[in-house]
Amino acid sequence: MNKSRKQINTTINGEDYTHEVEPRLLLVHYLREVAGLTGTHVGCETSLCGACTAIVDGQAVKTCTMLAVQADGAEITTIEGLAQDGELHPIQEGFWERHGLQCGFCTPGMIVAAHQLLERNPNPSEDEIRHGLEGNFCRCTGYQHIVDAVQYAAEKMQG
Amino acid sequence: MIASSFEYFAPTSVDEALALLSEHGDDAKILAGGHSLIPAMKLRLAEPAVLIDIQRVEGLKGVSESDGTLVIGALTTHHELESSNLVNQKVPILAQTAGEIGDVQVRNKGTIGGSLSHADPAADWPATILALDADLKIVGSGGERVIKATDFFEELYTTALEADEILTEVHVAVPAENTTGSYLKLHQVASGFALTGVAVVLTKSGDICENIAVGITGVSDVPYRASEVESALAGRALTADNIAAAAEKAADGVDILEDIHASEAYRSNLAKVYTRRAIEGAAS
Ligand SMILES: Cc1cc2nc3c(=O)[nH]c(=O)nc-3n(C[C@H](O)[C@H](O)[C@H](O)COP(=O)(O)OP(=O)(O)OC[C@H]3O[C@@H](n4cnc5c(N)ncnc54)[C@H](O)[C@@H]3O)c2cc1C
Ligand code: FES
Ligand code: FES
Repeated sequence: MNKSRKQINTTINGEDYTHEVEPRLLLVHYLREVAGLTGTHVGCETSLCGACTAIVDGQAVKTCTMLAVQADGAEITTIEGLAQDGELHPIQEGFWERHGLQCGFCTPGMIVAAHQLLERNPNPSEDEIRHGLEGNFCRCTGYQHIVDAVQYAAEKMQG
Repeated sequence: MIASSFEYFAPTSVDEALALLSEHGDDAKILAGGHSLIPAMKLRLAEPAVLIDIQRVEGLKGVSESDGTLVIGALTTHHELESSNLVNQKVPILAQTAGEIGDVQVRNKGTIGGSLSHADPAADWPATILALDADLKIVGSGGERVIKATDFFEELYTTALEADEILTEVHVAVPAENTTGSYLKLHQVASGFALTGVAVVLTKSGDICENIAVGITGVSDVPYRASEVESALAGRALTADNIAAAAEKAADGVDILEDIHASEAYRSNLAKVYTRRAIEGAAS
């Protein structure tokens, strides 16, 4: 193995991946260009917009601010991993039902961040939703419909 | 936005990390949560030839209590500190400070040790760590040492850490029952960092201020203890007038930062206003 390259093993959305990567490869580029999972977006590339959010070992992270080598051994969930058996995840359904998106560019990151939010706080207030999604920018919706979508999902997930 | 090439190591023990640091000297940098270093590397403001990722080093994560002291591992994330029951019960100002940092994703990755070592003049932790009079445990090839937080911050982005040393623990004495704390911050709207952040740790006896410590970040190149404020209030009644008069001294003798976000005059005023409000918050 080339000395400067590193082998990494990850589980992404339940599937095992093994690749040799350059240490400077960002996780978001690994996901998109090496693993072929383009649902995770690159927005600002400067750690601010949250479009690149994925869940790594249970934590929502900005994958443009993480090296792929840091994720060696990790379990990763991306937007592609949320729907099960062709059924939208309740958060995805919320975005659909409550018009939580317009252009859709921020949506994968927004949904993944909302996933973390509802896991930590299954019944959030409007303020808590806005605070929990502070790391995700949307240039289209004005956020109100995103809040509505998360509330829809919270209700649905609590049955 | 691609970093320069580097060689990557992921040691699993402190000794292994120290050996790598000694071997690679100034070419090497420690990587913790990466939320200051990776952005700097992407902009090529930092181009280390070697990265030593300490995330997998055993024993540097989590919070425990021992003999009235909270022992916080350097790799403990902002989120872990924000949500820890132990921290919320024993030293709530730590959890409060953690909750003010960045956003959820940043708090999930960034570490207290990384923030202190990086010593960004607008970082939040320094204010609170100074006000709590924390001790910092550092290990290097020459062995172990403990340094007071008040001796740790030296210059802009510069601390007492030597190039071959690692910050391993933050020690915070659990304050007495009659001690309260408050951290108050004005967020710079774009970055979320502190335009001004004031941490107050106050011990009261009735209405009298027995003891007060005030740590301030964002205002100067180096975070500082506002000792003029402290001595103006210690032993006095916590009346609105006394608090306001003491807070007026928040920027006394301090070299105040000026940049595109805030002029010197504005920052100095912010320091006073936020100090007054943080003391009022801790006193109420
Ligand atoms: C979008 C965004 C918003 C942010 N907002 C805020 C904010 O509002 N307030 C705030 O305070 N911070 C903020 N931060 C910074 C964040 O808190 C960082 O996590 C923190 O400053 C650095 O911690 P880290 O673990 O990520 O360190 P790293 O980035 O891994 O390292 C930072 C530096 O410290 C050194 N280092 C790290 N750990 C150690 C150690 N144990 N011993 C010796 N040297 C070490 C590294 O070599 C490097 O030079 C923000 C960051 C981002 C990306
Ligand atoms: S692309 Fe990662 S935060 Fe914007
Ligand atoms: S829907 Fe367009 S950025 Fe959010």
